[in-house]
Amino acid sequence: MSATATKPDTAEVVLAARNVAKSYGAVHALKGVNFDIHRGQVTTLFGENGAGKSTLMKILSGVIQPTSGEIILDGKPVAFQNSTHARDLGVSIIHQELSLAPNLSVRDNIFMGREIMGPTGVNFAEEEAQVRKLMADLEEDIDPLTPVEDLRLGQQQIVEIARALSVDSRILIMDEPTSALSATEVEVLFKVINDLTSKGVSIVYISHHLEEALQITDHAVVLRDGTMTAWAPRAEIDLNWIVRNMVGENYNLGSPPDGYAFGQTALSVQNMVLPDPGGNPYNVVDNLSLDVKAGEIVCIYGLMGAGRSELMEALAGRYRQQSGRIELLGQEISDLSIAGRIASGLALVPEDRQRDGLVQTMSVGQNLSLASIGAFTRGLFTSRRAEKALVADSIKRVTVKTSGPDAAIGSLSGGNQQKVVIGKMMATNPKVILLDEPSRGIDIGAKAEVFRLLADGAKQGLAVVYTTSEVSECLSIAHRIIVMHKGRITAEFGADATKEMIMAASGEQHAA
Amino acid sequence: MSQTSKSAAPQGQGFSLLKLLLEGRAFFALIVIIAVFSYLSPNYFTTSNFLIMASQVAIFGLLAIGMLLVILNGGIDLSVGSILALCGVIAGAMMQGIEIKAMGVILYPPVWAVVVITVTIGALVGAVNGVLVAYLKVPAFVATLGVMYVARGVALLLTNGLTYNRLAGSAELGNTGFKWLGSERIAGIPISVLILAVCAVIAWLVLSRSAFGRWLYASGGNERAAELSGVPVKFVKVTVYTLSGALSAVAGLVLSSQLTSAGPTAGTTYELTAIAAVVIGGAALTGGRGTVLGTMLGAFVIGFLSAGLVIVGVSSYWQTVFTGAVIVLAVLMNSIQTGKGGKKA
Repeated sequence: MSATATKPDTAEVVLAARNVAKSYGAVHALKGVNFDIHRGQVTTLFGENGAGKSTLMKILSGVIQPTSGEIILDGKPVAFQNSTHARDLGVSIIHQELSLAPNLSVRDNIFMGREIMGPTGVNFAEEEAQVRKLMADLEEDIDPLTPVEDLRLGQQQIVEIARALSVDSRILIMDEPTSALSATEVEVLFKVINDLTSKGVSIVYISHHLEEALQITDHAVVLRDGTMTAWAPRAEIDLNWIVRNMVGENYNLGSPPDGYAFGQTALSVQNMVLPDPGGNPYNVVDNLSLDVKAGEIVCIYGLMGAGRSELMEALAGRYRQQSGRIELLGQEISDLSIAGRIASGLALVPEDRQRDGLVQTMSVGQNLSLASIGAFTRGLFTSRRAEKALVADSIKRVTVKTSGPDAAIGSLSGGNQQKVVIGKMMATNPKVILLDEPSRGIDIGAKAEVFRLLADGAKQGLAVVYTTSEVSECLSIAHRIIVMHKGRITAEFGADATKEMIMAASGEQHAA
Repeated sequence: MSQTSKSAAPQGQGFSLLKLLLEGRAFFALIVIIAVFSYLSPNYFTTSNFLIMASQVAIFGLLAIGMLLVILNGGIDLSVGSILALCGVIAGAMMQGIEIKAMGVILYPPVWAVVVITVTIGALVGAVNGVLVAYLKVPAFVATLGVMYVARGVALLLTNGLTYNRLAGSAELGNTGFKWLGSERIAGIPISVLILAVCAVIAWLVLSRSAFGRWLYASGGNERAAELSGVPVKFVKVTVYTLSGALSAVAGLVLSSQLTSAGPTAGTTYELTAIAAVVIGGAALTGGRGTVLGTMLGAFVIGFLSAGLVIVGVSSYWQTVFTGAVIVLAVLMNSIQTGKGGKKA
């Protein structure tokens, strides 16, 4: 517990937290944490959702002020007034949530708040040139004048990263920078990180993707429930060490459930074509056919832009312009609305739970019951008792950790929010459940629980289709792995596929 | 463990008192207003004055209920004042008799028919708003601004800018009773107040207990999430504007009945008063948050404040200043409240 026990050599520490604590009312997000950032090295912070990682990073970058404890910059205590102050002192942060203005161009976003001024106002030409250089470094083909709202989520994340890079910080904090990036984009980012560290820039890296973080880290720090549980240099750690310190469990996403036979074909897609909803002259889903049987778990693997999300949303009824046939248990459903498809047993858990999954103004219980209001409506009015029972049932089924059904949805951790979205759709008693990146931004513990839930559902005869961009997640509970590339199925594997096989089929140039 | 709960207890109490004050601010504001004016004027705290004030509030209250529905959906309805006037003059025209030249007859529809036709027209105009916003993707502000002008213009065209004054009807034509809405009482309570009460109770039931209410809160809070959960978001949208139009028509009937006259310039800027009532009642203009009770309190705060200022003899110019200050204060408290709730651990 003492501060000296894990205190490393301070000579090379550029930024340090000493006994930093942060409380929100009665909630102690951080309970006296020591944290060191070394010059020119990558320090990775591991921890489950709600462990206090983001809180600590926000304190180190001046976004919020600690309740107690001190921040030491270059050996001297410092109090950051706000993030601009911290940025001026050389500390900048890439937030987990994107903080871009969607209506502004990439250039304007990157220079937002620190525009380059010339004699006649903002020097747009110079800004544009700098953005082009940044994008070239990141090997990303993004025009500086494109409005951010026209970019894919992954590209928006690149813009966020570029903005932090453009400041020339000495200390750069990256909170989940890769959650929407493809493997290729991640590799480029790592190359950029290596360049930066060789120039003496210190990096703090947070990721739920442990293997990925292990590739670049020099030091690892593990947080759990607001306290630091372990600290070690790269040479002394491996995946098991991290997981042991994070959750105290073994890292296992499960295996395909067996011991039962698949039922009839639950979902059948024939020759689906979906033109790009953005109006580009190509098809995001290109003549795709797919059958899924009851009880089967199918994983769709693909990079960003492979058309996974569009396929899922088209199946759920989001788009009007798709063609092809969709059958649910032999019943044609192509003409049904979203509500109609849910009623006939097809449910979608969308990719972006903040934007498409949750109603932030409603409680946990109201979110859980949202898709099945009809089930507890008696005549004109909803039955409170029936709703309560349904909500209690859902909370138990998907094991949501909440103080109660009336808690605000924002009070839950990311993993539990995701479980609420899944629980909401499960409550409609679907025959087929589609999950678009169900593990995005949630920690291992929650990930394993989500996958176990899906496996349990499959055993009861539920057909499960989930997408992912992490190969390790394909090789877990899926009976069948489908690789998508540019709107088409490029390969199909059984559960015995290897990482290399899957990656090769996805059109990914991967060295490992 | 015990340490945490000890230190947390007093903090929690302080917070909940603040929270109570914030959440019940419209209620406390109303009590303060009644107390202050009762002190300033002996005529204020009397049953008859409360009933008079309440029947004035009824007009704004009806508009505010419709406005609440629209605001819960994340929209805004600027056309309510104009729909009120349009429906008022349509009712007035029907009460004075509709001459059909081709057939050489003058039609005098009975009062119940006048009411039904008027409310239907109000609902239709509201539905136009709804279709513009939901299907044609016109921003609510612009769509209802346009309809506001059009409805006002049509009201002026219908009347040539004049006011209908003969709304009483006559016994031999069988169309008496229009005054009933605005001036009669049941058990001493003005009909207009009862209509408001009935509408408020229905709205409360719909919002808190029906599937539609849940759809409305969900689509106002996050339309995309609601849609993907199977909520018919477009239907909800059209319905709230339609209901707002229908309630404006009811308000128009009550107002012209109270005044026994129907003019095309009635209800000018009433839409702003209705918005003010909803906002003072704690609803968020971004949608998804707000209650009928809050909105009713908001309507009474505005109504009792301006009536009180009249009674104590403050100039009407000052009334405008006070009303504006109350609105800003209410929104200020809204932002304090959401600021407190918006933190993330």
